[in-house]
Parts: sequence; C-alpha cells; structure tokens
Amino acid sequence: MALDKPYLDIPGTTVFDTDQAAAGYALNQFCRSLMDADKRERFHSDERAYLDEWPMSEDQKLGVIARDLNGLIALGGNIYFLAKIGASDGQSYLQIVSSMTENDAAGHAEMMLNGGRSPDGNRYLHEWKDRP
Amino acid sequence: MSARITAAVFTSHVPAIGVAMDLGKTEEPYWQPLFAGYEAGRAWIQDNPPDAVILVYNDHGNAFGLDMVPTFALGMSPSYEPADEGWGPRPVPSVQGHPALSAHIAYSVIQQDFDLTLVNEMPVDHGLTVPLSIMFGQPEAWPCPVVPLAVNVVQYPAPSGRRCLELGKALRRAVESFDDDLNVQIWGTGGMSHQLQGPRAGLINAAFDTAFLDRIVTDPEGQAGIDHVEYVREAGSEGIELVMWLVARGAMADLAGGPAPQEVHRLYHVPASNTAVGQLILQDVAT
Repeated sequence: MALDKPYLDIPGTTVFDTDQAAAGYALNQFCRSLMDADKRERFHSDERAYLDEWPMSEDQKLGVIARDLNGLIALGGNIYFLAKIGASDGQSYLQIVSSMTENDAAGHAEMMLNGGRSPDGNRYLHEWKDRP
Repeated sequence: MSARITAAVFTSHVPAIGVAMDLGKTEEPYWQPLFAGYEAGRAWIQDNPPDAVILVYNDHGNAFGLDMVPTFALGMSPSYEPADEGWGPRPVPSVQGHPALSAHIAYSVIQQDFDLTLVNEMPVDHGLTVPLSIMFGQPEAWPCPVVPLAVNVVQYPAPSGRRCLELGKALRRAVESFDDDLNVQIWGTGGMSHQLQGPRAGLINAAFDTAFLDRIVTDPEGQAGIDHVEYVREAGSEGIELVMWLVARGAMADLAGGPAPQEVHRLYHVPASNTAVGQLILQDVAT
C-alpha cells in the first residue's frame, strides 16, 4: 500500500514527509552543521569547498549557493534546517520566509502586519490553477 | 501531600519574540502591544509560582537532526543549555531540570503504554526558552526546574491530536503518583496559525485560531479528533504545532473526572514575525 498523502492538494505547500526527508537527508544535515560557529565560518569562507564535503546532489549545492529555498524544498530541504543558512547570513525569519513568496521582505512584512495571507483562495490546488 | 498539576499555560514560541527581548526591542511600536498583553500572564505566575514545569514543545532541528526523529522525547537531565540555532545561543540562563520527576514520569508514562524516548543530554532551542521568557521575563536564573517534553512536529507524521491528549492524561496520573509535595504546571507551546515555507508562506487564519482557543477550553475531546491535514490546510504547515497544546490540556482535572478549569487569561495577536500569537492560561479549581 502506498503512503497516504492527503496533503498533496494544498497549494504552495510541501509537507516534509518521509520521502522528502530521504531525498534531503544530506542537505538538511549540512544545514544543521551550521549550528557550529567554526563550521559557519568555513562555509562562508568557501561555500563550494564546504558543500563538497557533503554527499549532496549538484542541484542541492547550487540551490544552497543561490539561496533558492523553494528549489531546495523541492529537493528535500526542511525549512527549519534551511533557515540555518539564512540565519548564518544574518537574516531574520521574516526575510528568509519572504524569499519564497511573491513579495519582497518589506512587502511580506506589510502583509503580515495587515493580518497575513488569508486562507481564502489558498486551501486547494484547484484554487491556484490560474497562477503562473 | 503528593505532587499535583494545578494549571496549564498555552503559548506560542515564536523565535522573534525571544530576539525582541534579547535585543531590548520590547518597547518598539511593533512589539509593545504584544508585550503589554503578556503582563497579565506574568502577574498571574508571580502569584501562582510553580515548583516545576513540564514544558511541551518541539525542537526545530537543533537537539535532533534527521538522524533520529523521536515522536515523544523526555528530558532526564539536571540541566540543559540554550542551543546555538545558527546565530549563536540566546543569552538566557541555563535551564535546570528535575531528574527525579523526569525519572518518575518515565516509569509511570511508559508503563501506561506511551513509548517515550529518554534523553540524557540535549540542548534546548527557542521552542522551550521563548515560553520561559514570555512568562518569567529576564531573570538571572529561571525560577523553577523544567522537565522538557519534545514532540516531533517537524517530520510528517506528527502524533495525532488524540494521542497528544491521551499523553496529557497519562502525565497527570504520573504527577499525581509522585510522592514529593510539588506544585506542577504543564505548558503546551507552539502555533498558532503560521506557514514558514513555500509560496503560501505567511498564511494566518484568525477564524481557525479563535475557534481553536474556544474549543480547547470547552471541548478538548472534540478538538483532539481534528486530523493533521486540516491543521495544515487551515492553519499552515507549521500550524500543526497546535497539537502540542492538547498534551497540556489533557493533563487538566476535568478530563480525569474533576471540575472544569477556570480560564485566567487569553490573548491573541497578529503578527509576531510570520506567526499568529496565542496565549491561554487555565487553572484547575481547588477541590
């Protein structure tokens, strides 16, 4: 029997399930290594060299260098681990999160101040079918 | 007199709330209304100081990577250090544990058929330290020992709401069979609606949150029947953290045949960073 995934019809959302965790294992463990100040410094002094120490795919490494969080989530990244890249860059969660949306950081902050993104029109994939 | 659970505190644990306190920003216009709202809870806990807190929270990839994903992990240690989550550890006191209470909970709850993972050494992240800051402010040392209970809500599937509520009931039985005279509070943390990932990030659902705040007080058994996908769809992918509130709710007297708790305080505020903030304090009525 296949895994039951009733959450696949939610738009703009990737639930971090066991399949995602398997695909992103090395990527997320790399991110977790950035909890260590010495490793943060090694990463920032030569990102490519530090990434090459991890058994990650080339796409995952390029995604890290580009800070492409939506791309990295598709490749198995989990936001709590990916956020450690942004944190080590000195970014806030607000900045990190905004980078995955249609808004820039200021626009995202303003949306949040105005009550956030409404669930209306954002519950089911079919509601997003006209989006690019 | 043996130990007893006297109250439950429910609170969001948004990291930016801790950052605002650590950087002295609580009087800034963005934060001032929220921290003004926290004053009632801080006054209440000054009048109702616990001897120990069982603090239900989730780790965010700090104590636990993906090499091990325990569903329910109980801290057994005499002390826990604040984690370096990627920007240095929070400048808050070390957390003192209560190894004797932890050991008793392990004996009791595992023998009530909950297969806890026992953790002898772990750092604690914002999920645990931000609630302490919210309730106790910025003391030199935290005023009481803490028993951490970490729930996996990072990797799907998290435990069901039903399982969380039943764990709370087992925790109450465990505490009540601990021989020391101990006033124990149980705190359930996380939430409320928020989504930190993907193009739908920034989702807030005030109607869902408000209904949750009502229902966790009056109908926790009903709320425990809500499945994961409804939390994710309605409250955002990280809104699933709200199942942890059910652990604390399950430990209150009414679910063990006692009287309904008294609601002491309620707060709802949008936003803190990307998140809707809730706080609720329920106190068991002395019998």
